[in-house]
Amino acid sequence: MPVYINSIGSVSAQRTFDNSIFLEEIVRYTDTVLEIITPNYKDYIPPAAARRMAKGIKMSTVSAKTAMTEAGMEEDEIDAIIVGTGLGCIGDSEKFVSDILDNDEQFLTPTRFIQSSHNTVAGQIALGMGCMGHNFTYVHSAISFESAVLDAKMLLENGEAKHILVGGVDELVDHHVNTHRLIGHIKQEPVETMSVLKSGTKGAIFSEGAHFFTLSSEKRPSCYAELLAVKTLNTLGENQVSGKTRSFLSENGIEPDAVDVIILGYNGDAEFDGYYDTLANALFKDAVQVYFKHLSGEFDTASGFGFWLGNKILKEQTIPDAVRMNSVATNSPKTVLIYNQYRGENHSLTLLRKC
Amino acid sequence: MGIISAIGNNVAENYASLIAGKKGISRISQIDTVHKDDIMVGEIADTNAVLEKQLGFAENEVSRTVLIGCIAANEAILNAGITDINDARTGMISGTTVGGMDKSEQYFYDYFDRPEVRQHITGLHAGDSTKKIAAHLGLEESFVTTISTACSSAANAIMLGARMIKSGQLDRAIVGGTDCLSKFTINGFKTLLILSDTYSSPFDEERKGLNLGEAAAYLVLESDALVQKEAKKVLGYVTGYGNANDAYHQTASSEHGDGAVLAMGKALKTAGLQPSDIDYVNAHGTATPNNDLSEGRALIRLFGKNVPEFSSTKASTGHTLAAAGGVEAVYSVLALQNDTIFPNLNYKTPMTEFDLEPITEVTKKPLRHVLSNSFGFGGNCSTLIFSKDKSLA
Amino acid sequence: MSELKQELKEKIIEQLNLEDVAIEEIKDTDPLFGEGLGLDSIDALELIVMLDKDYGIKLADPKQGKSIFESVETMAVYIKEHRSR
Repeated sequence: MPVYINSIGSVSAQRTFDNSIFLEEIVRYTDTVLEIITPNYKDYIPPAAARRMAKGIKMSTVSAKTAMTEAGMEEDEIDAIIVGTGLGCIGDSEKFVSDILDNDEQFLTPTRFIQSSHNTVAGQIALGMGCMGHNFTYVHSAISFESAVLDAKMLLENGEAKHILVGGVDELVDHHVNTHRLIGHIKQEPVETMSVLKSGTKGAIFSEGAHFFTLSSEKRPSCYAELLAVKTLNTLGENQVSGKTRSFLSENGIEPDAVDVIILGYNGDAEFDGYYDTLANALFKDAVQVYFKHLSGEFDTASGFGFWLGNKILKEQTIPDAVRMNSVATNSPKTVLIYNQYRGENHSLTLLRKC
Repeated sequence: MGIISAIGNNVAENYASLIAGKKGISRISQIDTVHKDDIMVGEIADTNAVLEKQLGFAENEVSRTVLIGCIAANEAILNAGITDINDARTGMISGTTVGGMDKSEQYFYDYFDRPEVRQHITGLHAGDSTKKIAAHLGLEESFVTTISTACSSAANAIMLGARMIKSGQLDRAIVGGTDCLSKFTINGFKTLLILSDTYSSPFDEERKGLNLGEAAAYLVLESDALVQKEAKKVLGYVTGYGNANDAYHQTASSEHGDGAVLAMGKALKTAGLQPSDIDYVNAHGTATPNNDLSEGRALIRLFGKNVPEFSSTKASTGHTLAAAGGVEAVYSVLALQNDTIFPNLNYKTPMTEFDLEPITEVTKKPLRHVLSNSFGFGGNCSTLIFSKDKSLA
Repeated sequence: MSELKQELKEKIIEQLNLEDVAIEEIKDTDPLFGEGLGLDSIDALELIVMLDKDYGIKLADPKQGKSIFESVETMAVYIKEHRSR
C-alpha cells in the first residue's frame, strides 16, 4: 500500500510556519545558535490551553495544526500520532533539575515534571484532539524523527491506520547549549548563514524546530510526495556510506542516477561533513545537491526540516537558490533522497517520489 | 531473556524471589535524597562500582541506566544462544524515561569546572543509553532506536520489535527497557503525591501510592525463519499487542479505563483470541488510587464477570517506570514456562468499588495465554499477550 | 483577611500562568475548579505546593485540597487558621 505525505507544517529558524512562501527570502544569521521564528501562538492555541504548555508543545501544536488544515484533515480522522524528539521538552526538564538542586528537593511543582516526560508532546496533541489511537514517541538522537516515520509507514502499509500525524520537535535551551559548548559540539565562532559549509571549524550551529506531517494511505488533493522508503543505521563508517546507499536504493528498485535531488545533512562540522562528501563527490555528483542545516541549524530532529524541504521541492517543482550546492539543472524533479547523520552516528536514508 | 531488578540480578534469581514471595522494597541507600525517610524503593543491590567492574566499564564512564541495561541485555543474548549478533538482521529497541538523568542531575553544575565528568553531557539524551548498550553488544550498521512513552516504554519497544519482525524488516529484535532510580523521578512523583511511604499494596482499598523501582529487562524476539534455521528452543510467543491513548489527562487514567479497554481489545484482536482465552493478567497495578481503580474497571469492562486471575508484581519490584513492561514481559514468559501465577504482595482489603481480588499466593495453573498491561503518562496504554504455543492463538 | 485574599489572587494568577485573568475578575466566592476559573487537578497540586512554600501548611493527602480550594474565600479561611509562616 503506498504511503502519501498529504501535508506539511514547519516552525523553524526560517519563516516557514505559514507555509505560503518557499524560502524565497531567507533569514540570514551570524551566530552559533539559532532560535525559531516564533509564530503568534494566540492564533493557534487558546490562552487557557497554552498556559502550561512548554515551548516544544506550542511549536508542535502550530506545526501540527498547519499540517492538519492543509490536508483538510478532521481531528477524528487521525488514527495515530507519532512523534520523534531528541530531548523532549528539555527546557522544563532542566528547570526541574535546577529546582531540585537549588531548593534542596523542596517546594517542587508537578507541571515541569509532567512536561519532562518525553511523550508529553504526542500525549498533549492526542488529548487536545481526543485521539485514542496508537501514540508513540521516539527519542533516539538524530534518527528520532525517522523512527517515527518508519513506524507510521509500517502502520499504514499493514492497514492498521489510514491517516497518521507524524512529527519531530526539539527545543533550544540554555543549559544544553552551554554544556555542549564545553565539549565542542557547538561552534566557537559565529558563522554567517551562507558560509556555514565553508567554516572549516569543528562543531555545529545549534537550533530548534517542529515539523509535522500527515501521512496517509489515501492521496489527498494537497499531496506532496509518496514516501517510498526509510532506513536507519546506528553506526556506519565513512567509507561504507556509498555502498549502503546503493543497496538501499536497489532494495527499492531505484538506480542511483534516477535520484534527481539529493538532500544532504551538511552542518558545517569539519570533522563529520566528510560523510556527505562521499555521496556528493561520487554517487550523486550529477544530481541536484541540496543542503539545509545552514538555514535550520542542527538539532536532533533537524532532518524533519530536510523532510519538509524534500516534500516542498517535489510539490513546487522548484529548488530555492538558498539550498543549492551545485548548479545542475532539473526541470521536473521526481525522486528525492535524503541522507542525514550526526557526528558520524545515527544515519538515515529517506526516499521520496513525486505524487 | 535477561533481567536485573530489586529481586534479582538475573532471570533465575527473579523467578526464585517471585515464588518465594520476596519483596525487593527497602529504604533507599544509593541516592542521597532528603526524602529517604518518607519513601521506599525497589533498588538493585549492586552499586555502580560492582556493575562497572563486572561489565568492564571504567569508573563513572556511563549512567546506571546503561550499566543495568547491559547486564540484562547480555543475559538475554547469552540465553538466546546468540554467538554473532550481526549474523542476521538484528535490531535493538529500548524503552527508557530517565536515560542518563542520574548523572545529569549529579553533574548539572559541575560540568562547568570539572572536565573529567563531561562524558555525561550527551548522556542526557535518552537514546544515548540505548546507543551504549547496542555498542556493548557489538551491534553495528543496524536498526537501533529508543521509545519513551513513560511507564509503557518497554511494552511499546516489545510491540515495535514484534511488528518489525512481522513486516519482514528485521529477523531478530532485542527489545525491552531500562531505567535507574534518580532524584529526578523521586521528586517528580513526589510532586504528584503518588508515592507511598510504606510497602505498596496494589488493588488494596488502603493503597497509598507506588514504590519507585529500578530495573532493566530485555527479550530476544526472532522470526519463524530464523528460529527454524537455527533450530532454537522458543520460550514463548508475542501473539498480541495493542497501544491506545486514553486522551483524558496528562498524568491520570480515565475513571473507567477507556484507553486500557481499547489497548486490551486491540491486543486480543491481533492475537485472534477471545477474552476467555486469557488465563492470567499481569496487571499494571501501580498501587496508586487512580491506576488500580481505573485498571480494575477496565478489566471488568473487557472480561465481564469472568475476570481472569490477576496480580501486580510491582509490590515485589517497585514500579520500574520505562522498564516495567520489559520486567513484566519476562515474568509473563516465566509464568507460562512454569504454569505459575505470581503473588500480588501486601494485599489485605478488597476495594469497595468492585469485587476484584488479586492472586496473593503462588498459584499453579496451566497457562496458555498471559496478558500484560503497561500504562503511562500522556494517556499511554499498552497491552501485550504472551502465549505458550503459537498454534493456540 | 481582604489583604490575604488579594495576595492569594495574585499568587494564583502568577503560579498557574493565568495570563489573561485580571485580579478583579476573581470574586472571593467564585469556584476555582470546574466552572469559574476552570482549574484542574494539576493546578490543585500546584496550589498544595504554594500552601507549603508560602504559608508553611503541609497537606499530605490531595483529597484534602478539594474543600480548601473551593474558592479564594475558603482558602483564606483555611490559611488564616493553619499558617505557620
